[in-house]
Amino acid sequence: MNSFITLFQAAVAFGTVILFGCVGEILTERAGNLNLGVPGIMYLGGIASLASVFIYEGSTDSPSGIVCVIIAMVSAFIASALGGLIYAFLTITLKANQNVCGLTLTIFGGGVANFFGGSLNTLAGRFESVSVPATSAAFRQTLPGISGAGIVGKLFFSYGFMVYFAIAVAVIVHVFLHHTRRGLNLRTVGESPQTADAAGINVDKNKYLAICIGAGISGFGGVYYVMDYIKGTWANDGSIEKLGWLAVALVIFTTWKASHAIWGSYLFGLLYWMYYYIPGLTRRSQELFKMLPYAVTLLVLIVNSMKSSRDKQPPHSLGLAYFREER
Amino acid sequence: MAAITFEHISKRFGSVNANSDVSFSVNKGEILALLGENGSGKTTLMNMLSGIYYPDEGRILVDDKPVSIRGPREAYALGIGMVHQHFKLVDVFTAAENLVVGLEPDKKLDRKEIAADIKEICDKYKFDVNPDKKVYDMSVSEKQTLEIVKVLYRGANILILDEPTAVLTPQETERLFNVLRNMKQDGKTVIIITHKLHEVLSISDRVAILRKGEYIETVETAEATEEKLTELMVGKKVDLEIERPEIEDKKLRLEVRNLSCINNEGIKILKDISFDLYGGEILGIAGISGNGQKELLEAIAGLNLIEEGGSVKYHQPDTEDPVELKGMTPRRIRDLGVQLSFVPEDRLGMGLVGSMGMTENMMLKDYNSGRGIFTSKKAPKELAEKIMEELEVVTPGVTTPVRRLSGGNVQKVLVGREIAASPTVLMTAYAVRGLDINTSYTIYHLLNEQKKKGVAVIYVGEDLDVLLALCDRILVLCGGQANGILDGRTADKQEVGRRMSVIVGKEGEGHE
Repeated sequence: MNSFITLFQAAVAFGTVILFGCVGEILTERAGNLNLGVPGIMYLGGIASLASVFIYEGSTDSPSGIVCVIIAMVSAFIASALGGLIYAFLTITLKANQNVCGLTLTIFGGGVANFFGGSLNTLAGRFESVSVPATSAAFRQTLPGISGAGIVGKLFFSYGFMVYFAIAVAVIVHVFLHHTRRGLNLRTVGESPQTADAAGINVDKNKYLAICIGAGISGFGGVYYVMDYIKGTWANDGSIEKLGWLAVALVIFTTWKASHAIWGSYLFGLLYWMYYYIPGLTRRSQELFKMLPYAVTLLVLIVNSMKSSRDKQPPHSLGLAYFREER
Repeated sequence: MAAITFEHISKRFGSVNANSDVSFSVNKGEILALLGENGSGKTTLMNMLSGIYYPDEGRILVDDKPVSIRGPREAYALGIGMVHQHFKLVDVFTAAENLVVGLEPDKKLDRKEIAADIKEICDKYKFDVNPDKKVYDMSVSEKQTLEIVKVLYRGANILILDEPTAVLTPQETERLFNVLRNMKQDGKTVIIITHKLHEVLSISDRVAILRKGEYIETVETAEATEEKLTELMVGKKVDLEIERPEIEDKKLRLEVRNLSCINNEGIKILKDISFDLYGGEILGIAGISGNGQKELLEAIAGLNLIEEGGSVKYHQPDTEDPVELKGMTPRRIRDLGVQLSFVPEDRLGMGLVGSMGMTENMMLKDYNSGRGIFTSKKAPKELAEKIMEELEVVTPGVTTPVRRLSGGNVQKVLVGREIAASPTVLMTAYAVRGLDINTSYTIYHLLNEQKKKGVAVIYVGEDLDVLLALCDRILVLCGGQANGILDGRTADKQEVGRRMSVIVGKEGEGHE
């Protein structure tokens, strides 16, 4: 039982990182833009939050937890949305190839983040690595009393606020996309920008907003990873990038529905950490198990293409630039 | 009183003048037909009225007041709504969702309320729309109805319809025209873009004619005849008669028996089709698009797998015994003289490579006739030059990428290439799709030439009038079934239309 609880907790923590990444990307892809820059954006979010609270914590003797959280979240959102803005400008205004721009953004984000992450480690001292204890503690703060109580408490209430925030964001994005007129308009842009244009919807504005806000949400994944998952430190080991790709895979797994992303992300977490709890695995066979989330995504792709249900297909204009006066 | 007035409107796309100095007006409460050949600038002009494009020069007056229509939203605010030729609908949305796209973004998405509004409009104009039906489940006619309801829902007083009848059966067209007449009664102004003359004569009050982007004149429909309108539209007298030479010595070429096919989704798209095809005749195939026309031709050409039990026997000119085409590779069938020329909706999607010149596109059909691993360009270049000259293809040269040619010219290249292979069976689908009258008649003439040479021609067409004038026999497809073969000389258009939409029992069989 105990091992199941720890597996479940690990899955939720892991899942929360990719849930943010995935929900942000769903918003972006619903607007018809395939942003492969998710890993880079998560990097940007992570490093922006770490750098800003590092400065804040260094500037005061008694850093306030709430201020730390606000600084981390706001700076991460701004940095990630800026990353999204670069991508949006390239793909919408300049109509550059979306795949190339996205991949470039991933490389760019990773480079920037690891450069500053390395600098922060240098700043922190020769033998130590960077750490932001006050912020990390605030992010990891669980509900007192209920979190340790019994199985239910351990399973559902033993996490920092970001876990619940991620679920809330997913629910909000789902309600927005499927139960509001603005969401309907945004989906129209992603399905058929010509139709949206003829209906008087500002295609470019919708795309810009969806991409920038989507990138901002994805960036929170980086914040959660840095502040909670690795406890307010920095590691130049490329794990954020790996998680970013999983978030992109998860978008396909959920068939572009934010409501499915909630359980899908935890399932990915479960599949990913399973190797740890299966006895008798060697280091080599462990790596095979880590592949499971990707294998499941492939399986979903195959099943969906065989069923050929129109409702489970990607947004129809995904990846295509919109030219109004094209004849 | 004028509902719309165009004053010296010009619009350019790159080096092409889509509209130049167009001035005329549309009266309130009338049905105006906007007539012109493909590329005459009808759609561009209407797109400027509906806010998709903005004129380079000139101005538009609505109710005698100059207006600036910067986008579709402004157009709707002025009461102008357009039903585009390519429907502006989202496939994965329901009818109700499509209706409110772009409207009042801050209002609640109340699907029940929208359904009630739909019902109100439908009752008023005698429509039938199911608000919860997804667009991908709708027929073309249903989609069009939804488009019209959408425009009315947005409060349009001026309706623009771009080629609304191109995809409808005669019965559906009649129903649409009744709806348009109801709207006119209701005081709405209707502009209908078309190039079908008999429809112009039956529905409109006045006809405005465009030619090569320029406005020619507006005539009262009551005083117009098909000949006069054609002359105005083309700029010269055109003989509207399609000849139908009678060939005496017809030889059996194809025997199609019990042909069935299953498409990618596992649905039976062709059911038990049997017919004979003779050399020296044109067999027309009529049907609403998507009823198996394409699949039938592809099955004969070896591109579609024929189900167990079906057979296609091919009688070659010089041999006694028929050959079974079923199970042969497409290349083998082609080498035997059975050619398929299919003009897809996207002309460059199938058959031609856009970035290649005419010469290279000619080579696609016999790329392996060169020496060794090297290709030989000599023969295809001569062929390309021959087609360019005989079919009057307008292009800077045979090496210019065909993508840069206009639609009509692309099509001439495509059809010309198939005919040049001197086939014994020539199958063409939508050979005149999107072509202007002159070029269309050139193509009909080419097909008749082939027929006179004793070639067996299959012609899949969309325009029933042409099918009835050109073909010796007409096979009607309905839901993938052969719904009777009619004699082209005696068949009645209403009858063909009926067979396109309802399965008719064979004489004396009492089919239910």
